[in-house]
Amino acid sequence: MFDKTLTASAVVASLRDGMTIGIGGWGPRRKPMVLVREMLRSDLKELTIVAYGGPDVGMLCAAGKVRRLYYGFVSLDAIPVEPWFRRAREAGGIEAHELDEGLLQWGLRAAAMRVPFLPTRVGLATDVLKVNPDFRTVQSPYADGEVLLAMPALNLDVALIHVDRADRLGNVQTIGPDPYFDEQFARAAQRTFVSCEELSDRLDLSYSADARFNVIERSYITGVVPARFGAHPTSNPPSYGWDMEHLKTYTALATEAGGWERYVSEFIAAPEAGYVERVGGAARLAALPPPVF
Amino acid sequence: MSEDFTLAELMIVASSEAWRGNGEVLASGIGVVPRLGAGLAKLTHSPELMMTDSEAYLVEEPVPLGPRGAYVPKFSGYMSFARVFDCVWGGRRHVMIGPIQIDRFGQTNLSGIGDPFKPKVQMLGMRGLPGNSISHMNSMFVPNHGPRVFVSGEVDVVGGVGYNPARWPTGASDRHVDLRLIITDLCVMDFGGPRHAIRLRSLHPGVALEQVRAATGFPLLAEQFVPTTTGPTAEQLAIIRRLDPHGMRAAVIKGNPSALAPRATAKPS
Repeated sequence: MFDKTLTASAVVASLRDGMTIGIGGWGPRRKPMVLVREMLRSDLKELTIVAYGGPDVGMLCAAGKVRRLYYGFVSLDAIPVEPWFRRAREAGGIEAHELDEGLLQWGLRAAAMRVPFLPTRVGLATDVLKVNPDFRTVQSPYADGEVLLAMPALNLDVALIHVDRADRLGNVQTIGPDPYFDEQFARAAQRTFVSCEELSDRLDLSYSADARFNVIERSYITGVVPARFGAHPTSNPPSYGWDMEHLKTYTALATEAGGWERYVSEFIAAPEAGYVERVGGAARLAALPPPVF
Repeated sequence: MSEDFTLAELMIVASSEAWRGNGEVLASGIGVVPRLGAGLAKLTHSPELMMTDSEAYLVEEPVPLGPRGAYVPKFSGYMSFARVFDCVWGGRRHVMIGPIQIDRFGQTNLSGIGDPFKPKVQMLGMRGLPGNSISHMNSMFVPNHGPRVFVSGEVDVVGGVGYNPARWPTGASDRHVDLRLIITDLCVMDFGGPRHAIRLRSLHPGVALEQVRAATGFPLLAEQFVPTTTGPTAEQLAIIRRLDPHGMRAAVIKGNPSALAPRATAKPS
């Protein structure tokens, strides 16, 4: 058989300046943060990021790695506006392509279906068209003749997603109640890398009964990075909640001089191997309660 | 009305009216008052409404806010974010959100203040506003009725569409645009004026028409006699308390005033 496992640094070494990178998850939920942190340790730059944004987007903005951003929101949920994203936006430092949430999915779907666009009413009569000046409308060729927005394909060079379980072949399982749009990110991308809480040699042998949690077939998975707590400080329900204490510290630093440098030196600069210890240890992370809504 | 009640409780009851007679739609109340309003609607006049646990499942009993103690939500169906989008596009939904700006056309902004290319204040982003507003019923919640929210011109960033002809490309269809109620701390408004102009529907107890007009950046239509917003019944209050056992509604309006307390006559702009 074959083996798709690799390290986070090997994933990041395969990325290039200027690439378009989609990041799965939703706000502060199930983000492949272990891969994002490795990007922060690299000298990658000028990236185009596509995401339902959380701290992944905030950190990449804070580190000056984002040239262009496609997003429906960037939020830490209980902290409504992602603080570092907010700073970057108010400084005017990134090309911001704000989208409706569903429109972002439509762009990924178009890419996944290998068509140039998908039609929709969503975005018409709004400033989606102002902040995305390259978007065009299209007229229905049928009797109705309706004018619709032609949402262009969001073609990704790479997608990064986090899952509960993966095997060496690239089979993945996401156990949480909502798979978000990880499947569409993977289908829209040339290559997809997953970080996973638990690595098996063969999911068919270890978790056969859970095969319906396979959010995307393995032909879309390029590489697998084992990383227990790899979504921290975002949540990975049902196994752990988001780390609001950590996110509050991270948020407070956004209004301090040198705040980002402090965050990096305290949590990110040292190798990932010590990360779980730096944020309180495995027992603490395993006990982070799922959020109650 | 058997007892005193708070302004927040009055607004919850007023919010619940938005979902009356909507049919079997997904009732999405975003924020404490809209969510309690949706739950109250389902438990009183509109049991056919669908609601979620605010995560991924449908429930037939609205889930109380905050820590649940021994209460365990019971799931009747599934409503992941992907399904919510499908539900939005299919039109079987009525959402109530709190925009940061609303203009005379009903256009709404959740993105930020100032130039969208370099915002003075970046807020959440478009979120689902463009899709919600062009696909199904929408209502709005405003806990701080004032001219900064109800702006005199257009909103700084149009996220949610409204009844502004200048914004619609020739040939585009606005046939599913359906703006319903605006619930504020002063009044209830709807889009029942000529060409869907915003119209005063009721004033909360002790609020004068001129006070609302002074707090609204655009001309507000009103009939000669404007009714007073109906307060909660004892049954409604009991349901609200059950759905909000930790009293999160007390933090919605500063000072958690009684709905019947005297009002300041002017709002700072």
